[in-house]
Amino acid sequence: MHQEYTVVEGDFVNAGTASSSVKKTLKQLNVNPQVIKRVVVALYEAEVNAIAHAYGGKVSVDIDSDKIRMVVADKGPGIPDIALAMKEGYSTARPEVRDMGFGAGMGLPNMQKNVDKLNVTSEVGVGTTVEMEVNFV
Amino acid sequence: MTLRDIVKSLDATVYLGENQLDREVEKAFASDLMSDVLTLKETPILVTGLCNIQTIRTCDMATLDEVIFVRNKKPSDDMLELAEENDMVVLGCQYSMFKTCGLLYQLGLKPLY
Repeated sequence: MHQEYTVVEGDFVNAGTASSSVKKTLKQLNVNPQVIKRVVVALYEAEVNAIAHAYGGKVSVDIDSDKIRMVVADKGPGIPDIALAMKEGYSTARPEVRDMGFGAGMGLPNMQKNVDKLNVTSEVGVGTTVEMEVNFV
Repeated sequence: MTLRDIVKSLDATVYLGENQLDREVEKAFASDLMSDVLTLKETPILVTGLCNIQTIRTCDMATLDEVIFVRNKKPSDDMLELAEENDMVVLGCQYSMFKTCGLLYQLGLKPLY
């Protein structure tokens, strides 16, 4: 099953709509609730990141019988040092991101803790792509 | 204890879930940082001063069913609509985060860590 969502820059009100929709789908498919939580927490953090740091992007989700694959690809400034961005507590978030309850440098580490596979690729001045996979069993 | 005990102790306003106040609650977590809430493995009642749509979304993702807004922060209609979809109970009180946590601790709610 393939789903796609558009992420709009600065649209914090709609941050999480993709995650909400994926949550509903996985519930209907009777996926283990603990696994659903890991999937949607990671996707939600990725959505917030794309809205907070980039100029919009796309969320693609592929659900198989045994796993879910999520790709959040944004057009944006990119990440010059991915290892640094993965470090808990490191953040370049603007004040309005912090006002929404995010921007404490926990997003990428939170994603890593919740998924089975995480791959972040980025080109400065072009954008960032976050690929995540979670196994259902 | 039940949510009803919490409402009484905090002199709280029930914004949503009046008919669900018999739900049992054992633990609480207080934070304005939603990324912190997203790290929780358990599902405590959330005490927060952050009153926007992302608070409700975070509860949805983290499967938290109860939230208390402190310092008289009032949830918007959009927030309550989303909370209702997720079967949440939404409370509010006039006290500071510190006093709210103190009262809840005294009442017997347990911390996560």
